[in-house]
Amino acid sequence: MTRELKRVSVVVFLMFLTLFVSTTIIQYFQAGNLDGDARNARSIYASYDTERGPILVDGQPIALSVPTTDEFKYQRTYPAGPLYSAVTGYYTLGQGSSQIEQSLNDYLSGTSESQFLDYLNRLVTGQNPQGASVELTIDPVLQQTAYDALGDQRGAVVAIEPATGRILAMVSKPDYDPNSLAVHDTQQVIDTYDTLLAADGDPLINKSINALYPPGSTFKIVTTAAAVQTAGLGVDHTEPNLARLPLPGSSNTVSNAGGGTCGGGDTTTIATAFVLSCNIPMAELGMEIGEGALGDMADSFGFGAELAVPMDVSASLYPRGLDDAQVALSAFGQGSDVATPLQIALLSAAVANGGTLMTPTLVDEIRAPDLSVLESFEAKELGTPLSSVTASTLSALMVDAVESGAGTNARIDGVSVAGKTGTAENGEGDPYTLWFTGFAPADNPRVAVAVVVEDGGGLGQDGTGNEVAAPIAQRVLEAGLSR
Amino acid sequence: MTDVTAAVATETPTKGVRRIRVPQKLRNLELFLIILVCAFNAFAVVLVQFGALGYADSTVVYLGAGLSILVFGMHIALRFVATNADPFILPIAALLNGIGIAMIYRIDIAEKLTGWESTAVRQVVWTAVAVAISIAVILVIRNHRVLQRYTYIAMLVAAVLLLLPMLPGIGQEINGARVWIHVGSFSFQPGEVAKIALAVFFAGYLVSRRDSLSMVGTKFLGMRFPRARDLGPILVLWALSMSVIIFQRDLGTALLYFGLFVVMIYVATGRASWVVLGVGLFLAGGVLAGQVLTYVNDRFTNWFDAFNPANYEAVGGSYQLVQGLFGLASGGMIGTGLGQGRPDITPLAQSDYIIASLGEELGLAGMFAVLALYLLFIARGFRISFAGQDDFGRLLGVGLSFTVALQCFIVIGGVTRVIPLTGLTTPFMAAGGSSLVANWIIVALLLRLSDTVRNQPRLVI
Repeated sequence: MTRELKRVSVVVFLMFLTLFVSTTIIQYFQAGNLDGDARNARSIYASYDTERGPILVDGQPIALSVPTTDEFKYQRTYPAGPLYSAVTGYYTLGQGSSQIEQSLNDYLSGTSESQFLDYLNRLVTGQNPQGASVELTIDPVLQQTAYDALGDQRGAVVAIEPATGRILAMVSKPDYDPNSLAVHDTQQVIDTYDTLLAADGDPLINKSINALYPPGSTFKIVTTAAAVQTAGLGVDHTEPNLARLPLPGSSNTVSNAGGGTCGGGDTTTIATAFVLSCNIPMAELGMEIGEGALGDMADSFGFGAELAVPMDVSASLYPRGLDDAQVALSAFGQGSDVATPLQIALLSAAVANGGTLMTPTLVDEIRAPDLSVLESFEAKELGTPLSSVTASTLSALMVDAVESGAGTNARIDGVSVAGKTGTAENGEGDPYTLWFTGFAPADNPRVAVAVVVEDGGGLGQDGTGNEVAAPIAQRVLEAGLSR
Repeated sequence: MTDVTAAVATETPTKGVRRIRVPQKLRNLELFLIILVCAFNAFAVVLVQFGALGYADSTVVYLGAGLSILVFGMHIALRFVATNADPFILPIAALLNGIGIAMIYRIDIAEKLTGWESTAVRQVVWTAVAVAISIAVILVIRNHRVLQRYTYIAMLVAAVLLLLPMLPGIGQEINGARVWIHVGSFSFQPGEVAKIALAVFFAGYLVSRRDSLSMVGTKFLGMRFPRARDLGPILVLWALSMSVIIFQRDLGTALLYFGLFVVMIYVATGRASWVVLGVGLFLAGGVLAGQVLTYVNDRFTNWFDAFNPANYEAVGGSYQLVQGLFGLASGGMIGTGLGQGRPDITPLAQSDYIIASLGEELGLAGMFAVLALYLLFIARGFRISFAGQDDFGRLLGVGLSFTVALQCFIVIGGVTRVIPLTGLTTPFMAAGGSSLVANWIIVALLLRLSDTVRNQPRLVI
């Protein structure tokens, strides 16, 4: 009997071992998955108990949780309404979130790895968990200026500090009031969300980082950089000065924006083509240096890269495997290359920073509730697309373009502004996409900016980058001078 | 009775053998543990109050006192009538019972149940009844061998208890299972008590029949299988279990009875062929039931594919199972803290799912502690069987301990998705009077057996 008892004891032991293992699997190894399941009401309830951390700009909250008397305990509030909607995004109860509210949720909700000890401490002492605060790099004056300057236009404005990569302003229009999605009535949230989703101009999309536009003439910065730095051509390198360029293997032709030639004479230089923003010489130059040189230069500026600021930025694209006609078009930002406004701002930022591109970010500092610093900003190089010589060459061209070329509406009295306009075609009869990118002051750049206005700024095919986008950029650059 | 240990023990209690511990020391150890346990139980209730209410009030007095007073009463009874009884069994049972009351009280708070509506209050009353019955058992049954005389009466009692819920008038169907009787305002699950009667019957029956069951038979595949005429008992038990599945719609209880029988017949005869036969029969019956009976089939579907939205949203689907898993997961390693989780989201959080509620608020650490307590309790029971002198006592000891073990495995294994979920109670903890009464009777019987074991001159175990 003893032998049988021993065996039964082993069986009982194995049964309990199974239970030890099964509970461990559920409560330790699978806990993360189970907590993340959309049907898990506990995770949602748990998030109610947390005082979600504020999002700060210059020390002032632009998103914060205030105590309420209802069962949800806290109400998320955005004091500035739509002004920062592209930055903070929205935060709903159980219906998702976006932008900083989403990408830094771990910190804001107090569940990040670095807050684990604090979480334990609060658990033991019976305090409700509290999230970390996030201080942004946004400059409130620039943000307000950019927001006002863009007005009712559809589009986006991004301003960057070239030396560090700090994003100083980020505006996307049309906007929305994130407070409307923070209400505690789920049905109301869903209705508002559906309305916004269906609304004209996609207000829920942050166009500054998630909309891809044809870059138009702003891409000439890349083409010129590739010609000067990669192909070793001088800015006085000449191209035939035509009024009409037949595209190889196609019946289509390219013309300059004004319809005529690019300045006088039989030939024109890269410098003239850049300053006056002529398409034909750029197309010729593009075919001369080739897709490889253009594409590699574009990539070194950040095209094709997956950036996170910390929201995921859509990758701008310079495609490969183009034929000659497509290369010609791509050299002045038409055809198949596409870019986000942030990417276009990075072109100016790299030129402004002597050729070195700094990693763009919105996050300055993340602090735990006890004010200890969890993460702090560190300027990081993303790459060096240009030598300092090429950078100053391009800078000089961009200054000329604003002073006496295609971008005169960005001038600021007493300050030298560098810039490049863009007027991108979208298709037969469709309104243009209007661009301006630049930086100021040219000799000691404090701010680099990109402005995009969709729908031709309401002017159809009559608007130009200089007319519509440059004045917006000018106001942002001017506001940045006092930084 | 050719037990080597027994033979040696009666002949030579000689040198090199430690003296048995002084009985009074055992009881003092028990007293010390009981004081610790009662303090711990009261502390758990206070923690629940602070966690869920934010303040503590006098509730702790009546929630703690009911259990404590009677457990001290039982301790005093043991000092007189079972001085050599195992000192760990009573404190462990009291601790599990106390944790259960704290957890039930916690769910009461979440569901805003007070007064006689409060499940915790009723649980305390049931605990008082159960411990009182337990004291009565230890006082009345001074020698467990008396039970052997009532082998067939035990069988009759078990059969009657099992059939009671089927009687019109007092039988009642709750949550799809017809395992309850209803008298006045009290519900009772007679099947819980029936398992004890069955264990007594099996022990008595097997002791008298073990020779015919183990010696003869035909050899097949290296194993000696019983003769057809000896197959009777296992077939009867199998039919009984299947009828429980079919008529009472209670998969867990059927598994419990049958598992109990298979283990006891194996221990009695030492023949693995019984286990093979038993497991084979039960699996065949289970598979057949799965084909024919939709509720059995549903249990399997919910188990295999719990997270499938179709099963999750179905009526009688995997909602409870999945919510229990969510609860356990949200507890994580150390739990949310007593009173600070949301165990009430899971249906039946006080009874069938009390273990998930516990895992949510006390975490993996708490689960391990509770599992370890059960294992310790069961180990004390097995110890009796290892050291026992008479085969009836040994068989009864292993049977009673094994029911607790198997019941834990069926419930906790069901909650943690090791096996399909079936409705059984977690011993000592789940809300429910029948389960408490049954398990406290088991406590009394194990204490009685352990006292008998130590009372005889023999080797120290």
